[in-house]
Amino acid sequence: MKQYNTDVAIIGAGSAGLAAAVEVKKGGLNVLILERDRELGGITLQCIHNGFGLHEFKEELTGPEYAQRFINEVKRLDIPFKLNTMVIELTIDKTIYAVNEEEGLIEVKAKAIILAMGCRERTRGAINIPGFRPSGVYTAGQAQRFVNMEGWLPGKTFVILGSGDIGMIMARRLTWEGCKVKAVVEILPYVSGLLRNQVQCLEDYGIPLITSYTITKIHGRDRIKGVTISKVDRNFDRVIGSEKFIECDTLLLSVGLIPENELTLNAGAELSLNNGPVVDNNLETSIEGIFACGNVLQVHDLVDMVTAEAKRAGVNAVEYVKNIYGKDISRDERILCIPGENVNYVKPDFINKEDVGEDIIFTFRVKEPGRRKLIQFKDHENNVIYNRKKIHVIPSEMIELKVNLEKIKINPACGRLEIEVIDRPEVLIEED
Amino acid sequence: MAECTTDIIAEIRCIVCPTGCIVQVKKDETGELIFEGYTCKRGLEYAQQEFFEPKRILTSTIRVENGLLPLVPIRTDQPILKDKLNDALQLIATTIVKAPITMGDILIKNVVGLDANIIASRDLVEAR
Repeated sequence: MKQYNTDVAIIGAGSAGLAAAVEVKKGGLNVLILERDRELGGITLQCIHNGFGLHEFKEELTGPEYAQRFINEVKRLDIPFKLNTMVIELTIDKTIYAVNEEEGLIEVKAKAIILAMGCRERTRGAINIPGFRPSGVYTAGQAQRFVNMEGWLPGKTFVILGSGDIGMIMARRLTWEGCKVKAVVEILPYVSGLLRNQVQCLEDYGIPLITSYTITKIHGRDRIKGVTISKVDRNFDRVIGSEKFIECDTLLLSVGLIPENELTLNAGAELSLNNGPVVDNNLETSIEGIFACGNVLQVHDLVDMVTAEAKRAGVNAVEYVKNIYGKDISRDERILCIPGENVNYVKPDFINKEDVGEDIIFTFRVKEPGRRKLIQFKDHENNVIYNRKKIHVIPSEMIELKVNLEKIKINPACGRLEIEVIDRPEVLIEED
Repeated sequence: MAECTTDIIAEIRCIVCPTGCIVQVKKDETGELIFEGYTCKRGLEYAQQEFFEPKRILTSTIRVENGLLPLVPIRTDQPILKDKLNDALQLIATTIVKAPITMGDILIKNVVGLDANIIASRDLVEAR
């Protein structure tokens, strides 16, 4: 079995993996990227629409253009990578086992590892739609790959479940390829994705957005013939008698993304509430020397934020290898970060007390949308030590805050930080 | 007494920021157009553009004859008139290009007679 040794091994060559690799190389260390697909670039290769890079490059790029910028940088810096290489195991002592056609099983030993495996789509089985198992049921991302990269049309008449951005983008894409999109069905009472997409993907093409409905049956034995949709009440229970039938030959499911952490779990790392690994403020997981960034850590909305997070992971991995690797260190006192009222989850999961003097980047999502809210950080004694007004909050937009806990005079005895999003006590007209 | 009538001839949902103001376009009795409902300058500019000359960036794919992949993703290098989108899509659907391609290469110049070009969104090498 072929054996490789490197300073930093990176699993995944999508937006996160590529940006992290560039930082590691710039930091002067050896790096090796392992990618399961046939080329570098990851998911943005199939996101052929524009809207990427506003923060990172101050331009509005398409997904492939965004990827190409990083691919060019990786090649320019001569960063080694392996394609068509599937990592099958990651161990607690930072050994990776992977397979590819040329070499068979290979072993990669690294001083540090960066996890950048991205996420997978939630499927029909996971949401239990009744019916037989006819062909013609796909996840939206699957269909996007077929249409945009393989050159296959999955069908002619579509219903799309889920009004997140990927569902709406595919509605327009399929319309542009001559298909008929009958409806986008959304279980919540409001659209999940960006207003811009609702206008430019659905309203521009007269595609109905049916909110507070879900699909309760798939019809057809060999090929899907149509779907039954039902209204749902405030508890998301089906309203009897509200059923409608929509004829279609293809159903696309855009019902959520789940960080891809099989390897992480099997290595023995702790996973947290959001299905991503538990990390500290350095993006280091519960296994020393293993870092995580991008969608595998938390599902992002903007690839620019994936890039920023991945750069941090790269820099931190370099610092670890140069200063800590091989030394006997104990990660001691920590401050736990807990989601409070109306907060779904918080990253990082904890902060090392020794890092309290640094700027910490907090990322979190709300459970319910709302306007004129107040973000508050509370310490172990329920004192509010930091707050920030925010005009709009919505679950589909991740909130990022950079806070220096020392500057806000956190109590050194504090071992617990709660982040909540509440209504403002007074109504003020103010800018974000 | 003369009656003041204003007809709403269009309603535009602004997409510049999450507020999503609804801008109404009205005609007053002298036939002049009034824009109402925006709450910022960017919103007015957006609504005016959308009303007089709505434009969109077109993104799609073009078939590649001898590339590593069968399609290359493309975009217009500037927004094009919304009512020319269908013509552009028809043209794109019947075009075949050859690898190798570099990101930014012009694949169709002045698409459907407009100022904009169709350019490649990525590199694509020839098939092995």
